[in-house]
Amino acid sequence: MDKLKSLKLLMAGLIFYLIVQILSAVGVLNGYFMVIINRSLVFVILAVSLNLINGVTGQFSLGHMGFAAVGAYASGSITTLIFKLSPHHPQDAVVFLIAIIVGGFFAALAGFLIGFPSLRLKGDYLAIVTLGFGEIIRTILNNIPAVGGPRGLLGIPKFSNFTVIFLFTLGTIILIRNLVQSSIGRTMISIRENELASELVGVDTTKYKVLGFVVGAFFAGIGGGLLAHLLQIAHPTQYGFYASALILIMVYVGGIGSLTGSIVAAFSLTFLTEGLRVGIDWLRDTVGIPIGTEWTMVIYAVLLILIMLYKTEGLMGMRESSILVIKEKQG
Amino acid sequence: MLSVKNLKVTYGSIAAISDVSFEVPEGKIVCLIGANGAGKTTTLRAVSGLVAPSAGTVTFKGADITGAPAHKLVGLGMSHVPEGRRIFPILTVKENLELAAWTIKDKTEVKRRLEEVYEMFPRIKDRIGQLGGTLSGGEQQMLAVGRAMVTGGDILLLDEPSMGLAPVLVDEIFDKIIAINKKGTTVLLVEQNASEALEISDFAYVLEVGYSTISGPAKEIAADARVREAYLGV
Repeated sequence: MDKLKSLKLLMAGLIFYLIVQILSAVGVLNGYFMVIINRSLVFVILAVSLNLINGVTGQFSLGHMGFAAVGAYASGSITTLIFKLSPHHPQDAVVFLIAIIVGGFFAALAGFLIGFPSLRLKGDYLAIVTLGFGEIIRTILNNIPAVGGPRGLLGIPKFSNFTVIFLFTLGTIILIRNLVQSSIGRTMISIRENELASELVGVDTTKYKVLGFVVGAFFAGIGGGLLAHLLQIAHPTQYGFYASALILIMVYVGGIGSLTGSIVAAFSLTFLTEGLRVGIDWLRDTVGIPIGTEWTMVIYAVLLILIMLYKTEGLMGMRESSILVIKEKQG
Repeated sequence: MLSVKNLKVTYGSIAAISDVSFEVPEGKIVCLIGANGAGKTTTLRAVSGLVAPSAGTVTFKGADITGAPAHKLVGLGMSHVPEGRRIFPILTVKENLELAAWTIKDKTEVKRRLEEVYEMFPRIKDRIGQLGGTLSGGEQQMLAVGRAMVTGGDILLLDEPSMGLAPVLVDEIFDKIIAINKKGTTVLLVEQNASEALEISDFAYVLEVGYSTISGPAKEIAADARVREAYLGV
């Protein structure tokens, strides 16, 4: 019975995968929809990994996209600049997979470098440092001609397809879920709930905060790498504050500490962006109201305020879907 | 058991304590008394490793522990009950206590220590499944002390255990401190409630704006004219 329980997530993932594949094969989901679904899945990776830092460990990072940028540029450089891979050669896919993982490790290294000195800071100050980190990464990338500078890294081979992204997303969810529901995860939660108290029962709080940062950054790097190989471009502006804020919104809309919430919010907000884009185009072209797509952010803000007012803990609060729970709470 | 010499702690450029020295002999209750801002809490935080002192030494069981991080000192046998309780509000009473057993691998030992807490604080036992945040102030204080008991230190550092409690609960908490001490735990107590603290302590030290000034057996301190005037209000 316990075995069955841990398989539930795999089953749910498989069902999702099959449904999307069937709908795509019979033509209900066209290429446009598949792009949105792929993007949603990447955002699931980014939101779930940010949730580990902000939600579970209780830190406040505003620069998550900085880690994604490191992963995107690292893996993109490997596949595009060093090996000049092509999706037409199936054997190149192996190198691509390794490049994605290597991108994750580079991001994790960045997470360690930024996390170790700055995790002495708390709350607002940590937010400022991480915000600065994201901008520094963006500015650095803007000024390295080897990776395209402000033009961006172009011509990245399109290795990311639905199957690859899906598998990475499922893997990320399983690994982070297992981490959160292990004793390490409970230790992280104790830091979120009361850092002083957990220090006083013998928790090395710095170690676990850095660990949360490093693991979160690793998966952000994976997400960034997948995104670069999906959009076939890595551009500094993709990884600015706007994008980091978007992921932050997903985490808070979904519910702090709830992986289910992050997954639900990543999907619904990605679809909402596209829906708003269509809706705003319609308002401007057909109805004649002169507004632009930048209004999506205004509507986001309103949405966030409404959630803060009426659903303080986010859509899911701190609850998890039973699919994501490894074992029931005892006694 | 614990010896502090010429301890100095600064926050930025401001010295919170300038020169504090005291001794805590094994098996005794020692209290630090003093007015607001005298540096009592800072002293305790420096002893348990929550802040790093800029000068002076802290010796615990013969070993120099100056500047060692708090989580390491827990393993060496130091339990700190911080000011304002700091229990985990969304965990149940039992979970709060179990979390304190974080460093103990032996499950039967954990159970034994939990039983010890329940025996000491029957009120905590009644609230076993209740969330920590829903307890009353006094119960939270008992839980915080219970948590330190589970951590199982040889020395218990208590920071203002009487703060914000009704007088009847203050008496109860102090009775428990005596009981814990009788079981063999050394106690270092920081209190604003000087009269109660002096009553249960063996030795006392008076802190004045960052310096340890008057010291001696608690009975003598309680009789000292300067202390009586400044801290006991008689």
